[in-house]
Amino acid sequence: MRRSDGLINQLDWMTIILYGLLVIFGVINIYAAVFDVDSTSSFFSLSHNAGKQMLFIGIAIIVAIVILSLDYKIFDTLAYPIWLVFIILLVVVMIFAREVNGAKSWLEIGSFRFQPSEFTKFATALALAKYVSKPNFKIGRLKDMFYLALIIGTPAILIIAQGDAGTALVFSMFVLVLFREGMSPIPLVLGVVSAIIFLLALLVENDLYFWSPVAVIVGLGIYFNRKNIKRIILITAIGFAVIGMYHSVGYAFESLLKPHQQNRILVLLNPNADPLGAGWNVTQSKIAIGSGGLSGKGYLKGTQTKFDFVPEQSTDFIFCTIGEEQGWLGSMIVIILFTALLLRITQIAERQKWRFARVYGYSVATILFFHFTVNIGMTIGLFPVIGIPLPFFSYGGSSLISFTILVFILLALDANRMQRLAH
Amino acid sequence: MNKSRGYIIQGIFVVVAILFSIRLFSLQVLDDSYKTAADNNIIQAEIEYPFRGLIYDRNGEILVANKAIFDLLVIPTQIKNIDTLRFCNLVGISVEEFETKVKKAKAYSYVKTSLFLKQISLEEFSKFEDHLDEFPGFVLQPRTTRSYTYPILANALGYISEISQYELDRDTVNYYHSGDYIGKSGLESNYETYLRGLRGKQFKIRNVRGVEKGKFKDGKFDTLAVPGFSITSTIDRTLQEYAEKLMKGKSGSIVAIEPSTGEILSIVSAPSYEPGLLSGKDFSKNFNTIKQDTLKPLFNRPLMAAYRPGSIFKIVQALVAMQEGVITPYTRFKCNTNLIGCHNGASHPFGTSEKLVGAIKNSCNPFFYQVMRKMVVQHVEESAYKDAKIGLDKWNGYVRNFGFGAPLGIDLPGEKGGLIPDSKYYDRAYGGREWKFSNIYSIAIGEGENLVVPIQMANFTATVANRGYYYKPHLVKAISNTGNPLPIYTKKNYTGVDSAYFEVAVEAMAEVIKSGTGQWRAKLKDIEVCGKTGTVQNDPNPDHSVFIAFAPRDNPKIAISVYVENAGQGARAAAAISGLLIEKYLKKDSATLYFEPYVLKGDFE
Ligand SMILES: [Zn+2]
Repeated sequence: MRRSDGLINQLDWMTIILYGLLVIFGVINIYAAVFDVDSTSSFFSLSHNAGKQMLFIGIAIIVAIVILSLDYKIFDTLAYPIWLVFIILLVVVMIFAREVNGAKSWLEIGSFRFQPSEFTKFATALALAKYVSKPNFKIGRLKDMFYLALIIGTPAILIIAQGDAGTALVFSMFVLVLFREGMSPIPLVLGVVSAIIFLLALLVENDLYFWSPVAVIVGLGIYFNRKNIKRIILITAIGFAVIGMYHSVGYAFESLLKPHQQNRILVLLNPNADPLGAGWNVTQSKIAIGSGGLSGKGYLKGTQTKFDFVPEQSTDFIFCTIGEEQGWLGSMIVIILFTALLLRITQIAERQKWRFARVYGYSVATILFFHFTVNIGMTIGLFPVIGIPLPFFSYGGSSLISFTILVFILLALDANRMQRLAH
Repeated sequence: MNKSRGYIIQGIFVVVAILFSIRLFSLQVLDDSYKTAADNNIIQAEIEYPFRGLIYDRNGEILVANKAIFDLLVIPTQIKNIDTLRFCNLVGISVEEFETKVKKAKAYSYVKTSLFLKQISLEEFSKFEDHLDEFPGFVLQPRTTRSYTYPILANALGYISEISQYELDRDTVNYYHSGDYIGKSGLESNYETYLRGLRGKQFKIRNVRGVEKGKFKDGKFDTLAVPGFSITSTIDRTLQEYAEKLMKGKSGSIVAIEPSTGEILSIVSAPSYEPGLLSGKDFSKNFNTIKQDTLKPLFNRPLMAAYRPGSIFKIVQALVAMQEGVITPYTRFKCNTNLIGCHNGASHPFGTSEKLVGAIKNSCNPFFYQVMRKMVVQHVEESAYKDAKIGLDKWNGYVRNFGFGAPLGIDLPGEKGGLIPDSKYYDRAYGGREWKFSNIYSIAIGEGENLVVPIQMANFTATVANRGYYYKPHLVKAISNTGNPLPIYTKKNYTGVDSAYFEVAVEAMAEVIKSGTGQWRAKLKDIEVCGKTGTVQNDPNPDHSVFIAFAPRDNPKIAISVYVENAGQGARAAAAISGLLIEKYLKKDSATLYFEPYVLKGDFE
């Protein structure tokens, strides 16, 4: 009993409270999202998404308790086997899965079905943490970087192969974790710069508007470094590389992306171009949120969601229901709760002396951050429509349970940080 | 160093949160357009078209009624598994047309109703109605268009048709929507605001699939259609029908007025068209045919055709000169054909003189030359030029008081004013050169620059019948909301000429019929008709035949002006038609209508 008393005292209740608030706020809004004036099914009815989500919450609580009662060292010990199990599951899925929305990512066993890709996030985080916390690990060393790439890249590639590029993008967040662990910021900067060039290539009407500033910057660079031949060569090379990249984007965009993917990106840049076709989701989602006003239309009174204008209202576009019915104030509650949770998790990660726990903590924070940013960003028209759920909010057992596992493993590690120190 | 990177990461979290907050604030609080967009998504206003007011004749017979037609509307998302070919056969369009129309509807909205096919008649509708449930996504919207009980009075009634972009732009109160019908001419146009009624609107909520989900805000904003006011016209249907029959195959106009009220009993513009042609689906086709007709059936002659008044004008001259005191009923002038030729030289051999009544009866041109000279040349100024200006403008003022020279203000659009020249007019016409009476004398006998429209001549006849005043001629005696005509039509307009002088004019016009030459065609048994012929020169074409008349002499019931273009002397076609119409109106079924075959035959030479 002493051990569990100690555990309860050691638990980070702040995180648990934030988690609980998000989950409860979530299920309330799922009820609103699928609420239909014509049907009178109760909140707890299992025929109703909200009722099912209540069931998932129950399972999630059990899962959380199980995780907390396990010996914390097991996550370190079993990190690689867990990762391997989910990699195998991903392969199995590709063979047996049924296709939903163009992606083969659901595994069905009887009436029970789940999405292994959701769970690979925490599995990969564990494996990454395990590898980075290896005593002789050195960031930047070719061999270590290769293994890291293997740990992160394998699930990402398999998920892309399933046709779920959105979920695969989450794995890019591990770069941020490695940055915290001392990796050179260059890959990060390069990534951001390439993204900007990519957008400019699609946005700029006349190539001259892109060329001229590049030429000016290169010219200035050469002028200020006119005594250093090596630098002049480097700057010129970068200039050509940028221009070359700019021009290859157009080609890549046309030839590498499928038309519906092209559309999603183009619609983001100009949603009014095709408001009834590809832009429909973004347009309706923005209308839903925008029509909420300061304090919203009131619970169950959102017309955009009630009359099915918003697609996938209880899953990926759940934020629309909040925006429409609870207004700016309700949206702010969600933003504040999430940001508080992210900052809290970062602080928890920072207070870990065990590198395994810290790396894992940062993985949790950045994965949640990616979902939060991309999901809300897409509903308000800042990001392309990438079908990933809003953690704890979106309807779906796999999503809720996998995020619960993600967070509660960290809480289990955190609760035992003093014991680890005592070793 | 790595710990500080932790702050960078936290900083990124906070920055994103702030960006989202700002973006959400601008989206939700600052920008109102999304609220409207959300409402537009779900709310569809269903229009209930009002019942347009009816038009009755003076005896309560319906002239213009409404008939049901149907617009076929489409909700693109609801079109499912329909047999396109069968559908096209039923409504009578080609598959290509079907595709284009659906595409057009989709471009507007997938979930809202768009107009698919306009003005399906009741007969076509009944073929289609039973099969409508086979074609989800299509609904019929009942509307009405005009139907006409009698094929008469086209130009006066006017027509309705779809509102034009120009009219929509001018509609600053946004009463109209595109696709609405609006009165385009005639009474339909002039009384549009009374006839149109008020559109009803029901705000329905529809979900993304276009399925109705109840009333918006429990029908708080819904309104019912309010029918338009009906109007009772002054037209006597029987007389109108008869007048149109008499004018068949001729060009010209008839206006008959009840002098005691100014109510127009009959107004004919010939040639005309059948009003039913401009109602319903074939509007555009028929309208183009009528518009291209060289006989101009859309030209509303009673209001728009300006003619020289001819001899009829001599009565005006007599009244003006008596009131001005330059002549008396007993003043004599010689028939001096050196001044101007005389129609009726036989009655004035060797230039013998005559008094006013005889001069009117015999239409003596030299007499009225001298009347006009007395009127214009009053010797109040030394200079003959200045003197003529003063005299002419005085004369012009009198003549305008009779309703000449400007539109009378009848309740129909497009009325012209004619022309009564004044000194300014001649100054302009002579380009600064001087002029005096000898330059302008032809206006004395209704020729020259004078121009009048038939409605003004009828109004003048009514004025003489009333011995000095008139009510503005009008076509509507009651609007159903008040039971009265428009206020301007209940006001007496005085000419400023004493009624005693009018008795002289009446006496002269009675003499014209009794013993004038040839005007006997307007003479009626038991009814004393007063009239005056005019023959308007129309070189090189045949003259226009003109006649004005009222009857009975005492307590007149009808005043009439008849213009028959290119039909020669007034005493023939126009006089005969006037007589027939007066008899028809006053004697109803006991009228003998002796000259009817003569008029219908149409050979007046
Ligand atoms: Zn004479």
